[in-house]
Amino acid sequence: MSSTAARRSDRVDRSQYLLAAALLLVGLYTIIDARGLDVGFGDPVGPRIFPYVIGSGMVLLAVLLAVATARGDVAEAEAGEDVDLTTPADWLTVGKLVGILVLNLLLVNLLGWAITGALLFAGAAWALGSRTLLRDVLVGAVLSVASWYFFYVALGVPLTPGILDGVL
Amino acid sequence: MDTLGLLLDGLQSALTLDNLAFAGIGVLLGTFVGVLPGIGPAMALALLLPVTYGLDPTQSLIMFAGIYYGGMYGGSTTSILLNTPGESASVMTAIEGNKMAKGGRAAQALATAAIGSFIAGTIGTLLVAFFTPSIADQAVKIGAPSYFAIMLLSLVLVTSVLGSSKIRGFVGLFMGLTIGLVGLDLSTGQARLTLGTLELADGIGIVVVAVGVFALGEALWTAAHLRRKPLDVVPVGRPFMGRDDWSRSWRPWLRGTALGFPFGAVPAGGAETPTFLSYIAERRLAKPGAGFGEGAIEGVAGPEAANNASAAGMFVPLLALGLPVTATASILLAAMQSYGIVPGPTLMADQPDLVWTLLASLLIGNTLLLLINLPLAPLWARLLTIPRPQLYAGILFFASLGAYSVNQDPFDLGLLLAFGLIGFAIRRFGIPVLPLILGVILGPLMEVKMREALDLSGGDISGLFSEGLSIFVYGLIVLAIVVPVALTRLRTPQDVVEEEEEVSR
Repeated sequence: MSSTAARRSDRVDRSQYLLAAALLLVGLYTIIDARGLDVGFGDPVGPRIFPYVIGSGMVLLAVLLAVATARGDVAEAEAGEDVDLTTPADWLTVGKLVGILVLNLLLVNLLGWAITGALLFAGAAWALGSRTLLRDVLVGAVLSVASWYFFYVALGVPLTPGILDGVL
Repeated sequence: MDTLGLLLDGLQSALTLDNLAFAGIGVLLGTFVGVLPGIGPAMALALLLPVTYGLDPTQSLIMFAGIYYGGMYGGSTTSILLNTPGESASVMTAIEGNKMAKGGRAAQALATAAIGSFIAGTIGTLLVAFFTPSIADQAVKIGAPSYFAIMLLSLVLVTSVLGSSKIRGFVGLFMGLTIGLVGLDLSTGQARLTLGTLELADGIGIVVVAVGVFALGEALWTAAHLRRKPLDVVPVGRPFMGRDDWSRSWRPWLRGTALGFPFGAVPAGGAETPTFLSYIAERRLAKPGAGFGEGAIEGVAGPEAANNASAAGMFVPLLALGLPVTATASILLAAMQSYGIVPGPTLMADQPDLVWTLLASLLIGNTLLLLINLPLAPLWARLLTIPRPQLYAGILFFASLGAYSVNQDPFDLGLLLAFGLIGFAIRRFGIPVLPLILGVILGPLMEVKMREALDLSGGDISGLFSEGLSIFVYGLIVLAIVVPVALTRLRTPQDVVEEEEEVSR
């Protein structure tokens, strides 16, 4: 099976401490946030109990995870069709993709989906190693303009036209 | 009227030309997206949700049914023709299926998968039609304490049955529950975990979570570990089976169905367990010359039928109790809620037409799948050779389009990216996705029921135990936690190793 038990090993998975720390912070924040809620008169339960339970559970899990990590518990990363786990993580590509997604969310209302969608497709393909930039831009443009018209005509939802207002 | 009559009525209203067209489009789109490597049925459904925005509830349900079964079939095609399955439910299909494909029997493997899925899906849907009304009748009488207990049971089962690391299962669950907390508290209207933003006051939609975690997370995770050498795709002609294949397939189909349906209908974590059990059963029952390990058709027929029967089984808790037990069911539930349809015991009484049309369209979608996809298999196989940069760029494109189109607010794209990064992290740390998704959708429901129960008892904890059924369910929860632990203690480690070897061999 693909998901066999998490292995014990001599190597300590240090980044798992980061995960535990993040979970701890989320759990604590959940508890603190819940403390600020008011419980009305005549409301025997109120909105606090559920977040208290969840936040405390999260804190407990963070501690357990940290202990397990220290004892040599290593995460079993997920496999997949196109995933080759024998290579180290390629952070540059991930960074490029995240950058492109951020650019898309910053520019979409200004330039409109028809333009940023095309850039998103071409940029992501480029980041993932495609070197046929012109073709990718063309494919992206066809996809984004077609999806704009699909939403406009078939679903009656006009996506942001941006600077192409009046052209589309 | 009896069940059969109601189902026939449903068939009648589903069988218009328009509706057939929607079912057909759904099947084609679902298969298209499902075949793409890295995309399972749940992701296919989440990505294709925007396509149904303009439709009325009945038509969109019909299209969902097509997308759902199409996505399932697409997934098995991928796992037979490529050796590495994309989703846990196809793992067992891939073992013998890919061996068959490499031995030049890809056509037969695809055919037994398709026909087995059809048979299992049809029997499964009929069973749903027969069971759901009576369960819904009983479920109307279930009070808040028992509802709370049942939801807790389903979360415990999904979290502790699936995956190898219990602690990671619970981490996923609690991440989901925390996400479910975000938004205004339903009864007092106070903001929780909104970080002071207005956009989060409405809470976080399950679709954004699902698309972010499944689609963006998968794309980012694959980007970090992209296989530089493309996988070999086995070429395939039109699927067909010889006389011998039929006689070897029909028993596994029925046994797989019998195993799959109950596992889908009880909240024990979807198709992973029954496909595994079906594979083991066929392996044990096979004649010595069946060639298990070298591409035995029984090893494809059984697990595929189990997979689809459990996919049908999940409609029982969804329709009768309003309780989703898989990621796909969670997305279906969210889609139904967006049309103001609230699945649960009263749905059967309030909108019987809708339920029967849905069940009828599941049957139609299943039939169309067989008719359309057997001839199209060679075409689908070619999708597997799409260059990966463009494939994942396309996934990012459509994920962003889906998230943006709902409110046309860039904030949603930011939220999508945040869940994409969470999706990346849970893949890196081996945290299962299903408990997270179920936590998001069941958390808020559980809180409502818990507060209802405790309001009645004036805040006293005994309110949770005020029904016989709830006490019984808590008993089951204790068993579900204690029994697996006790079993692993009793079994010597050597047995476990042998069993794992047997499967991977």
